[in-house]
Amino acid sequence: MGEEGQRTGPGGVAVIALAVAVLVFLIAPVVIIVIVSFSGADYLTFPPPYLSLRWYQRFLGTRSWRQAIGVSTQVALLTMVFATTLGLLAALALVRGRFRGKGVIYAVLLSPMIVPTIITAIGLYFFFVRLKATGSILAMALGHTVLALPVVVIIMAAALQGFDMRLEQAALSLGASRLTALRRITLPLILPGLLSAALFAFLTSFDELLIPLFLSGVEIQTLTVRIWNSLILEVDPTIAAVSSFLIGVTAVVLGASALLRGRGDATTT
Amino acid sequence: MKSIEEGRETRRNLLLLLPALLLLALLFAYPLLGIVNRSVYKAGYTLDFYRQIFRVPVYLQVLGATFKVSALVTIVCLALGYPLAYMLATRRPRTAQLLMIIVVLPFFTSIIVRTYAWMVLLGRNGIVNQYLIALGLTDKPLALLYNQAGVVIGMSYVLLPYMVLTVYSVMRGIDPGLVRAAHSLGASRFQAFRRVFLPLSLPGIAGGTLLVFILSLGFFITPALMGGPGDMMIAMLIEREVEITLNWSFASALAVVLLALTLAGFAGYNRIVRLERIFEGRS
Repeated sequence: MGEEGQRTGPGGVAVIALAVAVLVFLIAPVVIIVIVSFSGADYLTFPPPYLSLRWYQRFLGTRSWRQAIGVSTQVALLTMVFATTLGLLAALALVRGRFRGKGVIYAVLLSPMIVPTIITAIGLYFFFVRLKATGSILAMALGHTVLALPVVVIIMAAALQGFDMRLEQAALSLGASRLTALRRITLPLILPGLLSAALFAFLTSFDELLIPLFLSGVEIQTLTVRIWNSLILEVDPTIAAVSSFLIGVTAVVLGASALLRGRGDATTT
Repeated sequence: MKSIEEGRETRRNLLLLLPALLLLALLFAYPLLGIVNRSVYKAGYTLDFYRQIFRVPVYLQVLGATFKVSALVTIVCLALGYPLAYMLATRRPRTAQLLMIIVVLPFFTSIIVRTYAWMVLLGRNGIVNQYLIALGLTDKPLALLYNQAGVVIGMSYVLLPYMVLTVYSVMRGIDPGLVRAAHSLGASRFQAFRRVFLPLSLPGIAGGTLLVFILSLGFFITPALMGGPGDMMIAMLIEREVEITLNWSFASALAVVLLALTLAGFAGYNRIVRLERIFEGRS
């Protein structure tokens, strides 16, 4: 279709104009929030009359916000470790194994993506209330592991499919044990995919509201829960700074995974 | 000999799968079964909680509002998403990839952040109203937030990337030679689109429509923050029954209804587009 683009009639121009308008619609809110987060005014006007870091000072100068960053980071790191480990092992079996019921198992592993998060969240809430384990970082991380697992499985399955099995077979035929071959040959080669999966597992947890909304306690709140508690009262400009921080984390994860993917392609193909 | 080796291989694979499956069994399947059980059992089996949903007018209203908002959001997403996907699919792959960043960045940004952005834009003294008044298009601020219009705008924004990615993944698979063939046989641009490209992209339209509609049905954050008192959707009712009314059995029955609708929808979606395709397309 590349050549088609050159012969653009009037209809084509209209479609492109509409598509560009939609692209603006998609990106404008993100850009505007980042810009107004540097506003010096009391109200969020656009463009801001003058720039300042006052909302960032309010964000990082408030104890509850700083604590929330800490809680979110801990939950996301634990989620990342759990989901990446379990997802890698499962993906290894799914990509390499030939056994009956593989399709069903794959569907089961992806099923948390399908069930509305509100349902998963209340199910976990009922479960952890009975164990008297709500309000703990571990409970939130375990809940997020359920949501992040499908993400890791999908990314790792794709990464393993691009991996040349003969390299590992060569190591085995040269006398390496299965574990040595995995550690010395396979893991280094799928490392870019693995790191990318880990980053997305981290992001899945860091951005998610519903599980911690039900599982967090009064003292232990994630960033998203802290935002929620603030937003149901008023549209506080501080949230613009917090939002920009979260947008920044997303951008870093996407950028890093794009770089990793470039490197992964270079080594596996 | 061979079957022993195969048996070992199978055991090894099961061992690798075991941790993930155990986690899902304990923290996903078991809690879901708990919800199902709670919805039908309270000091004896009963279907009262389901009867309540379909008999009490207020709850029927919530169901109706949920379907109405979901339908509106789906229409908006299709109207905006199809032209964008078409434009992306007809660019060179490298250009499309670059433009895809604009679709993917919001897609991966926290839903609560995206919702907040629209609250800032649409509020009474929000940025949109500031511009409308400055341009003289309206004298007093329009009510764009805390009503159904706000909910539809916010949810369409959050769900639009799903539509674009689903439609795009189907359009990329359409052989451009077919459109060229139509041209060379004398079809105009519009005819070639309507008679060749559009029919071939129908699976994308069906898949995207279904996906956005199902995801809308279970939406919580955006309608809860951007809606007014009359814009309660089913997920908000579930949350309220759990946290405020403490009627967990009724909340569970609502959850089962929502789950059944969602699973039915995904069964259809999976026949059209494979779920993981979207994720691979953009990660």
